[in-house]
Amino acid sequence: MRFERREHRPLALVITAPLIAIGAALAISGLLIAIAGAPVLEAYWLILKGAYGSRLSATETLTRATPLMLTGLAAAVAFRARLWNIGAEGQLYVGAITVAAASSLLFGSLHAAIQIPLLLVLGATAGMVFLLVPLWLRLRFAVDEVVTTLLMNFIAVLLVSMLIDTVLKDPTAFGWPQSQAVTNEGTLPKLLSRSRLHAGLLIAIVLAFVVHFIQSRTIFGLQSRAAGLNPVAAGFAGVPLGRTLVIVAAISGGLAGLAGAIEVMGVKGYVTTDLSPGYGYSGIVIAMLANLHPLGVILASLFIATMFVGVDGMSRVLGVPSYIADVTVALSLLTMLVALFFTQYRIRR
Amino acid sequence: MSMIFDIIASAGLWAAVLRIATPLILGTLGALLCERAGVLNLGIEGIMTFGAMIGWLAVYNGADLWTGMFVAALAGAVFGLLHSLLTVTLGLSQHVSGLGVTLFASSFAYFTFRLAVPVAGTPPTVTPFQPIAIPGLSDIPFVGPAFFSQTAPTYVAILLAIVLSWVIFRTPLGLAIRMTGENPHAAEAQGVNPMVMRYGAVTAGSALMGMAGAFLTLSAFNSFFPTMVQGRGWICIALVVFATWKPARALLGAILFALFDAFQLRLQTMLGGAVPYQLFLMLPYVLSIVALAVMARRARVPQALMQPYRRGER
Repeated sequence: MRFERREHRPLALVITAPLIAIGAALAISGLLIAIAGAPVLEAYWLILKGAYGSRLSATETLTRATPLMLTGLAAAVAFRARLWNIGAEGQLYVGAITVAAASSLLFGSLHAAIQIPLLLVLGATAGMVFLLVPLWLRLRFAVDEVVTTLLMNFIAVLLVSMLIDTVLKDPTAFGWPQSQAVTNEGTLPKLLSRSRLHAGLLIAIVLAFVVHFIQSRTIFGLQSRAAGLNPVAAGFAGVPLGRTLVIVAAISGGLAGLAGAIEVMGVKGYVTTDLSPGYGYSGIVIAMLANLHPLGVILASLFIATMFVGVDGMSRVLGVPSYIADVTVALSLLTMLVALFFTQYRIRR
Repeated sequence: MSMIFDIIASAGLWAAVLRIATPLILGTLGALLCERAGVLNLGIEGIMTFGAMIGWLAVYNGADLWTGMFVAALAGAVFGLLHSLLTVTLGLSQHVSGLGVTLFASSFAYFTFRLAVPVAGTPPTVTPFQPIAIPGLSDIPFVGPAFFSQTAPTYVAILLAIVLSWVIFRTPLGLAIRMTGENPHAAEAQGVNPMVMRYGAVTAGSALMGMAGAFLTLSAFNSFFPTMVQGRGWICIALVVFATWKPARALLGAILFALFDAFQLRLQTMLGGAVPYQLFLMLPYVLSIVALAVMARRARVPQALMQPYRRGER
């Protein structure tokens, strides 16, 4: 048995690949659910019900999908240019803490119409700067950015932990380590009353379209794709590789920083060290499931949010550990990789 | 100044150094073996987590400690096979596959742990490996308690570094592995099967990673808890570069790194609350990044690292 490269990728296969991948991941997880002694179909039904069964749960799922869309976009933009930004988690945290600090210490009751845009820009900038360090190390010292961005995730969380223990500590939190809160004027408006759904969702969706436009309709988009597909050829064709990577990093880090900013301004209000249950890492899965397409990211983040929101209720009823959601998400990344392979290759005997 | 001297002159520090170094030695050797054959294995963080869990779980369920280590190595090997399937047979991106393996192995570890051990107030414990005093040597003042009163896996890890160094640089098998990592096409022309070499190296390397994890739960600590690996896997990946892909230097690098870590831990307790403790905790990660920046250009990377090999395709 050997693999033969296809002449071109069949469109039908490319589009169905994520569905096949998710189906396969659910099937393997189903095996684990069965081993845990629970009825598989009922478990999945309960997850769906937990994620969309009521107005509250549906809005929770959309709220959860918001930061995931942004970290997914961050990964998709970077991966397309072969910039392996695995540091969205860290960039999210620095974006979040920057916003909390700026709003509580600097802006106070500055009018929302000015404060909110300022905070969003600051959060994005923090994420950008945090990714530019590993990029600089790559361009200057040829250090693989995968390892440095991964290591910087730990540095970011410790940095946040230090700040919310000291200068940014909320004195009214009964000694609990949490940052001072974003002021009312810095809080994103709600989309629906009696829910946590906030304007951040619209920002994320709009940004997905903006990124799509940049990638498909601008010279920079073409250059970043070329730099990813074949840096040597792109260099000969006159693509400024260094500059392209810097801009890609700025966009990617900015989106991840924005994810943190929006989560604080829209949902949490303040920063703790468990602000993100791995949004940055899930972003990688989302980007791959979307086949790095910005609009696909919207759908893929909904799938991940469904799993994470829905699993709690299922876990309470059936006693299957809620880590099954993480397992399914991780499996869907692996199955997606295999599915993508078969859009490019066919088996020959 | 005298404070720093006091820390360095204590045998306790040096005993701690080897203890902290052991998982790093095992993990770095594992990653190094994979990379020598041309495969970057970012599955390490997850494989260590799974090894820590399954090794502990085996012992918790009545297996003896060495069986626990063996089970962890076996589980590591299985994840190594998975990574090989994705990166060698299918030739997928080693970065993304490795991260996928890490996400899967760690979440699967947490899932299995929750399933096997019901939630309890205090995490259940096992009786870990006890220090073995090497007769004669352990009686030497200072040096004895510092270096010759470790637990058995520490001695094994050091021995493995020496063995691996010999295998890689002094045996035909090692030559074949290195050839595969430098130029799989040339290796194949010499009658070496690059696929077999890569599968073997990644599987064996991942087994070492599993053992690295099990050391945490069976020797350094006595229980398992989520996120206990704490980026040690990523530090190992950095140490491979720092060691310029040489096992002996990996041993040295891991010990140097552990020395720094043990030193900052003691400095932290001495300084008390004067400096935020998070700054100290950041140091290992910062140090890894600095080590990478210093060594990355100088190190001679295996030339075919991260390049998939497909027969008859260039």
